[in-house]
Amino acid sequence: MSKNKAKKEVQEKEYRKPLIKKRKPNRSIAGDIALYLFLTLVAFVMAFPIIYAVSSALKPLDELFKFPPTIFAQHPTLDNFSDLFITMGKSWVTFSRYLFNTVFITAVGTAGHLIIASMGAFVLAKYEFPGANTFFKVVTVAMMFTGYATAIPNYIILNKLGWIDTYWAIIIPAFASPMGFFLMKQFMEGLPTSLIEAAKIDGANEWKVFSGIVMPNVKPAWMTLIIFSVQALWNNKASTYIYSEERKTLVYALQQIQAGGIARTGQGAAVLVVVMIVPIIIFVFSESQILETMASSGLKD
Amino acid sequence: MKEFFERYVKLRKYNAQIAWKKAKRSKMCYAFLAPYAVLFAMFFIFPVVASIYFSFTYYNILEAPRFIGLQNYISLVLEDDIFLTSIKNTFMIAIITGPLGYIMSFLFAWLINELPRWVRSVAVIVFYAPSIAGNCYVIFSVFFRGDPYGYVNAFLMNTGIIDAPILWLINPTYMLPICMLVILWMSLGTGFLSFVAGLQGVDKSQFEAGYMDGIKNRWQELWYITLPNMKPMLMFGAVMSITQAFGVCDVTMALCGYPSTDYAARTIVTHLFDYGYSRFEMGYACSIATVLFLMMILCNKAIQALLRRVGT
Repeated sequence: MSKNKAKKEVQEKEYRKPLIKKRKPNRSIAGDIALYLFLTLVAFVMAFPIIYAVSSALKPLDELFKFPPTIFAQHPTLDNFSDLFITMGKSWVTFSRYLFNTVFITAVGTAGHLIIASMGAFVLAKYEFPGANTFFKVVTVAMMFTGYATAIPNYIILNKLGWIDTYWAIIIPAFASPMGFFLMKQFMEGLPTSLIEAAKIDGANEWKVFSGIVMPNVKPAWMTLIIFSVQALWNNKASTYIYSEERKTLVYALQQIQAGGIARTGQGAAVLVVVMIVPIIIFVFSESQILETMASSGLKD
Repeated sequence: MKEFFERYVKLRKYNAQIAWKKAKRSKMCYAFLAPYAVLFAMFFIFPVVASIYFSFTYYNILEAPRFIGLQNYISLVLEDDIFLTSIKNTFMIAIITGPLGYIMSFLFAWLINELPRWVRSVAVIVFYAPSIAGNCYVIFSVFFRGDPYGYVNAFLMNTGIIDAPILWLINPTYMLPICMLVILWMSLGTGFLSFVAGLQGVDKSQFEAGYMDGIKNRWQELWYITLPNMKPMLMFGAVMSITQAFGVCDVTMALCGYPSTDYAARTIVTHLFDYGYSRFEMGYACSIATVLFLMMILCNKAIQALLRRVGT
């Protein structure tokens, strides 16, 4: 009888164990609750302007000017978006052309950046050759200043190349973005070297190793490069490099509409949503891969 | 002394020979790196050199650059009051939003680290979204509108804190603080992502070991275990926030106008745009760019030296 009881106790103990262990040590309940409250509050503050931007894009004109304002649209409509299309339809350069310009710049710039940066990152990460470390150090230094510091000489160089007022003025410099290169190299270093050696023993040449073995294995890093590149190119107004109206980007055209004053308030709100929605959606769908890449983003010295 | 020198030269020669042989053997590597290296040199290294060169010249694109020595720098410091304002503004913004944004990035990354998985991914989206939301920051010009119908004004007047509307974006006293607020709102960027990812990668067994060794609360855990493990990410995040803090221009241009009232919201970058793209005084603009470049690099190096000491 007593043996049985002891057994039962043991069983109960085992049952209880995970329940007790679930709370981590070093954490107080009060602290957790306070943190949750704090995080909720901050999250609300952070999200508020974006929520407000989206809801004002859905408001009809009379609600936009209502005072005191409502946070959520009472009668949501898509009128602002359709108005936007009408205004764009009446512009000298058609909406589809602006859209094509932006999509072209974004797609070509991102694809080229992905291929060129991965090629360079691959040899830097997996081979040793004279100059490799120095080159990587220079790239890291390049991340330390913004593009603005080199904007003027860049303009002069592009001018000498005759690329001012063409798409290439935006696309080609985007190929060389140091950020993507850096992240790609750091991520590729985590790839097991034995994988490459095995492929070499099987008779694959360097290009085959790169395109067949390495690239399929660094897909998370692809997504990261793509989001950073798209984010930079989609939002690129390009107004300093491109003068011709028919080559200007969508964002530029949209912001011209936005600058149209009070009468265009509704359309302006719609523009905000159109511009911000693309990078955010890409991020939402690729978040886990981006975080996987960023795990290797540290700067070691 | 002479003998020592000769031996040194011999050694260097020998090393160079080895490097050359190695380089010959790894032609393939150079072939892979070449496309990126060429573009990188053309658009990132060469511009820096060119910028330093042009900063000593008078250059307006149409005429050939004319060498004028240090004249540009002398004018910058002695004659250009607006440049000094812009330096002051940039430093104010960088000193306040840089460290604050950096600390915020780490703090929130650390706080959301222990949330359940799906809550965490939602939180990452909410916190990161402002920094990729395009020009969503112009919505703040609605909040801070100068008339009594601006939301902030209306709120403050209804609660009786002020009795007349404040021209938030036109009055020089309020311009910079509001810009800083907006920049802080957008400051959870790439560094934040790096922190979130890095915190996930900290070895869990270290926390257990720390618990055995008598770590009592989450703050000690943070200082003795998490931070030393996060050092590489902290470095990366610092680079990101310094670069961002010194490059501020979009927000001030969108909210306060370009040029802003009394140049109260002018930053180095907007000053650069003014001389580069509006007046086409490229030589002068390059000297501004060189100053900006030096400031960023020096600041980055200083902060990195500081961060090396974290947790040691």
